[in-house]
Order: sequence, then structure tokens, then C-alpha cells
Amino acid sequence: MASPEPISTAQALADKPQEAPLEQALQRPYQHGFVTDIESDSLPPGLDEDTIRAISRKKKEPQFLLDWRLAAFRRWQTMALPDWARLKIAPIDFQALSYYSAPKSMKDKPKSLDEVDPKLLETYEKLGVPLHERAALAGVAVDAVFDSVSVGTTFRKQLADVGVIFCSFSHAVQNHPELVEKYLGTVVPQGDNFYAALNSAVFSDGSFVYIPKGVKCPMELSSYFRINAQNTGQFERTLIIAEEGSSVSYLEGCTAPQRDENQLHAAVVELIAHDDAFIKYSTVQNWYPGDEHGVGGIYNFVTKRGLAAGKRSRIAWTQIETGSAITWKYPSCVLRGEGSSGEFFSIAVSNHRQQADTGTKMIHLGKNTTSRIVSKGISAGHAHNAYRGLVRINPGAEGARNHTQCDSLLIGPHCGAHTFPYVDSGRADAVVEHEATTTRISAERLFYCEQRGIDAQEATALIVGGFCQAVLEELPMEFALEAKALLAVSLEGAVG
Amino acid sequence: MTSPEPLLQVRDLRVQVGERTVLHSVSLDVNAGSLVVLMGANGSGKSTLGLALAGHPAYQVLGGQALLAGQDLLALPAHERARAGLFLSFQSPPDVPGVKNNLFIRTALNAQRESRGQPPLDAFDFLTSAKQAAKALGLPEAMLGRPVNEGFSGGERKRNELLQLALLQPRLALLDEIDSGMDVDGVRAVVEQVRRQRAQGTAFIVVSHYLQMIEQLEPDAVLRLDQGCIAETGDLGLARHIAETGFASRTAPAGA
Repeated sequence: MASPEPISTAQALADKPQEAPLEQALQRPYQHGFVTDIESDSLPPGLDEDTIRAISRKKKEPQFLLDWRLAAFRRWQTMALPDWARLKIAPIDFQALSYYSAPKSMKDKPKSLDEVDPKLLETYEKLGVPLHERAALAGVAVDAVFDSVSVGTTFRKQLADVGVIFCSFSHAVQNHPELVEKYLGTVVPQGDNFYAALNSAVFSDGSFVYIPKGVKCPMELSSYFRINAQNTGQFERTLIIAEEGSSVSYLEGCTAPQRDENQLHAAVVELIAHDDAFIKYSTVQNWYPGDEHGVGGIYNFVTKRGLAAGKRSRIAWTQIETGSAITWKYPSCVLRGEGSSGEFFSIAVSNHRQQADTGTKMIHLGKNTTSRIVSKGISAGHAHNAYRGLVRINPGAEGARNHTQCDSLLIGPHCGAHTFPYVDSGRADAVVEHEATTTRISAERLFYCEQRGIDAQEATALIVGGFCQAVLEELPMEFALEAKALLAVSLEGAVG
Repeated sequence: MTSPEPLLQVRDLRVQVGERTVLHSVSLDVNAGSLVVLMGANGSGKSTLGLALAGHPAYQVLGGQALLAGQDLLALPAHERARAGLFLSFQSPPDVPGVKNNLFIRTALNAQRESRGQPPLDAFDFLTSAKQAAKALGLPEAMLGRPVNEGFSGGERKRNELLQLALLQPRLALLDEIDSGMDVDGVRAVVEQVRRQRAQGTAFIVVSHYLQMIEQLEPDAVLRLDQGCIAETGDLGLARHIAETGFASRTAPAGA
């Protein structure tokens, strides 16, 4: 795919200084913008079948997985970039990207944190990632993904005691290949869409969770993703399986170093909930959004889907999207089990020149399935925010019900909010309700706050927090605090 | 007006809203602990005075001066005027959807405390004093947990203004028709709260036409505003006379 203006090239990388001193980098405007100078073991840019064989070989994968990747790659080659979203995207040169990058110091596979590269730990410290003491205090197990290889997993033993498997995807491939083979691609097939196919071909690592029958996972599972090696697209793959009667809450939070090139990110997340199982998946996404002119910033094309396979199973997506130059993301639920339910709670903030096209799909297949959508979109600066949702009621979904609440908040005169709620009902008796509002931060409300002594900045944060309250309430406590802080930071300078 | 330096000094204040000059020349002094009642026909500029002093962006000051405890109010942004001790009870308080009342008031109080170098109150300490204040005003505790003014009746919104007045402890409070929409108990709560805070030195400017409340407030002065100027200055007698005869009979000769 040749393009006149590739978003990133090997040449551009060679011209750039490779390492920025940490202190200096920390003074940059973007709070999490710095680069750790760990040597990367990277594949050269380019993508063909040999690239995929090399990735698979490096990861010592079984034959079934290599075959699966190659099948995905062949599908991908026949597919075209999707262009239906309300996004303006510069051409992406997929041959200019490197598809594998592993921190070199990881070759010896550290057995504990003591063996982990101190520089890596330092990065986590700067980010405030609660990897050890803080994780213990917060009761959070962290599977830290640094670039493409997992470097530390805490609480694995505690989880193992109840039979929960929480590990990197690569670890699962080596140790639980039967589970991977059974479930991989069952919710998001290889050819589902352009980016999912690309991910299926080249995914590097991610997280794997398996909750056995009847087990309530004893802690919130948390995975922190970082994009670090320059010019390397990240292709995580996450697979969560909840057996009958089990439940799990999984948290995903992201920050990324600042850089000038756009970075491609195309993840796939698959959830499977069996009878009476409950999976709650929460995301705080804070990748570099680009500067106020829209330069730099992450391109985030994500496919997230949950299959409520069993009777009365339940899947809940909660997301706080504040980062990325471009967000293309529709966490969805396929409600197959009788009486199963799906929920989607979303806050999407776009400021400056950010573009977000996000929403959900609720596919009702089983009888008496229910779904609920609460979407809060906030636009400021010159940003555009689109909610795109699909509620489909299949003919067999007797007694299906959906409720959608879709609210937009505009800050300033130059931004936009767009709502595309598609309803496709195959049953006359289905109950599908949709409510939508669009509001501005009114001068009267702002002045009311200011008259009480609250400055415009804090008043905006307060008003935005109130606007988002219904979604924030769905987040686990420690995430809710982080999310509120993030909302405030994301909208700094938007008013006053 | 006995004390040496008035808390609030307004001199020749001129204010424009849009294309229209609403205040032509207003001068008044208010001492700490004293209470001034402002009366006047619709459109005479009563609300404008409060909003201009509080720094509403739509109210453009054309000239004049306003000092609060010697500080130049007109040079400050709205939030700093509030931190300097100015409180405005709104005639129609807006709602702030989703923001709980106790969070809103605590955020305001802590912003003010911080500007004075005082440590912030934590959620627990604040709630304790907020509950006490609510009880003293006859407000249900549940009102603290509800979003600010969202779904409140007119009277409830006014009581909520009163609650904020009690918790923020300003030096100068401008109450713009706080009695409108309130029931008898509400008006009694206003009178009692004003009395308590006056005793602690808070000065009040009260816009009202409700004679019974004005009498109970025991004002130090009653002013009548007409076409953006203070047309008459008096005591309770003026308020009683206005209540009896209305504004129309007074404005005619002034304009002629």
C-alpha cells in the first residue's frame, strides 16, 4: 500500500534522536510522554508471510497458531480499509511499520520483579503503575504488557489457588494451548474486519484470562498497556473466558510516550461468558492524542466483542476514552444465551483536533435478552465526536429489550457531536428505546460555579464530571478516581 | 452608618447589558453586620447591581468603583470576588446536573478556604457541618446527596441558596428575591439565618418586595432604585409606603 504521505517511515525514525533523557521528556506537555531507552529486538519494517513466520518462530508457537495467522493474513490481503466512519485519516503505509518488538533484556525471562530491568520498573514508577506494593495495597493483580512481551505478573499464585488463569497471551499459548485453540477467533473471526484481520495475522501479545466454573475472581484484574518502541504498531490480543457461574472484573488502562509519528494500534479483545457468568471489562484509554494542531497521536482501531453464550450470562463494557488522535472502537455484545444481557457505558472525550467514532453493537439472538447503552460524548476545541450504535433484534429474540441513552456535551463553538443510532428490529414485539440529548456548558451554570468561588477550569471539570456521573458510577472505585482526574486533564484549557 | 470604614463602598457604578445602560450611577455604602433593602420597579436595575458586583460576564461595567473591605472588586474575575467574600443568592438558581450538592458546596468552600490559606475540609468533616446547617434551616438531609438544583422546586432552590449562604459564610451577601417561591417556613428560615450571620458581621443587600419579611429583617436602610439610579433613601417607613402605594406614583414626578 503505497501512499504519498505515509504517516511513519523508517527514514523518519533514523533521522530522529533515539533516546530522550527522562527528565527532559517529563517536562513535555503530555503527562505520560517519555521514552524508556531499553534496546528493542525488533523486526525490520514490512509485512509478508515471512514476517508472520518470523513472529510465530520468535514466540515458539504451535503449528495451529501459525496456520491461523497465515489464514488471517491471506484474508487481510483481500480486504480494503474501512471508510464508513466519520473520520479523516491520513493514508497508512502498512509496509513501513515494524510488526514485532521485544525488550532485549527480556530474553532471559525474569522469574520475579527482582529480575526485571530496573529501567522498566522506573517507567512504571513514573507512570504510577501499581506493580508491587501499590498493587498489593490496592488488591489489584497486574499483568504488565510492555511493548509486546509481558514482563511481570503478580498475584499469579493467589489466582492459581482458585484456578484462575491470568497471564500473557504468549504464556497461555505455551501452557494452555487447548484453551487458546478452542476459543481464539470464536467471537471475532479472522476476517471480521480489516484491522481485526491484521491483528489476527501479526498479534504479538496481550492478556489471557480463564475463570473456572463457579469461581468469583477474588480481585480486579488489571492490565496496563504501553506503546514504547518507536515506529512499532501494537497488536494486542486479549481473550477472557468465564465458565458457568463465574465472574470477573477486568481493568485495562493505557498511557503512551509522546512522539511525532502517528502510531497505529489495532487490538482485538474477545470475551466469552457461559451460563450465569458475568464479565465486566473496563477501559481507561489515555494514549497520546496529538498536539493542539493534531500532529502526532495514536491511531486506535480496536475490535472488542463479547459473546454472552450461556443462559443468563452478562457482559458489561465500560470505557473512558480520552486519548488517541483517532479512535475507532465499538465494544459489542452478542446476546446468544436465553435471558443474557449486555451493557455498554461510555465516556468519550475529544479535544483539540481529536476524532472519535465510537459506540457499540448489541446483537440480540436469544429469547428475553436485554441490553442497555449509556453513552456520554464530550467535544471541545476543534474535535469531532461521533456515537455510532447498532441494536439488532433477530427474529428469534422473543421478548428482547434495549434502552439507549446517548448524550453529547459541547464545549466551545468549533467542535461537533454526531449521533448515528441504527436499529434493526426483526420482531414487532421488541422494545427498543432511544433517548438522546445535546447540551453546551452554559454560561449561566459556569457563572453559578464561579460565583461560589470555583474557577472556570475546575467548574468545567465539575460540570463534565456531573455529565458523566452515570457512567463513572459503573467503574471500580480506584478507576473512577483516576478517570475523573483524567477527564479534568483532558479538558484543560477548553474553557476560560 | 457608624463604623469608620464601610465594608462595601460603591461609587458611581455604571453598567451596560448588551446595548442598554442599566445602571446609570449607583453609589452606596454597607457596613459590616448591617442590612440594606433594595426596592424598585421591574427593570430598575436591582438584579443588575448584584450580578455586576459578582462579575457576571454579560454585565459590562462602564465606570465607577466597588471596594469590598478595601479590595477593588471590579478588577477581579468572578471566582476571586467570591473568594474575597461576596455571595450572590440567584433569583433563578441554575441546576448543575449530576453534581451532588454536597460535592458542589464542598468544592466551593475548599476553593475559598485555599485562597485564604486555610486547610481544606475533608468529605466527612464537611458533611457533618453541612448536615447541621441543613437541619437548622429545616432542609431534609437527602437534599445534600441530590444533584445541585436538579428537579428542585422553586422554593427548594431558594432554600438551597440559603444553605450555601450558611456554609460559605461570606462577608457580604446579596439576596435577590430569595423569598420568591418560598413558603412561610422558608421565609422564616431566611430571617433567622440572616439574623445569625449578621450577628457575626456579615453585611446584606436584600432585594425584596415582601414587606412582612423586610420588617422582620430590621434593615438599617431602605433604598429605592429607579432607572438605574438610587432615587430614594429611607428606613422601614419607605418600605411600608412603597408597599402601600406602589412604584408608579413615585416614578412619574422623578421622570417629569
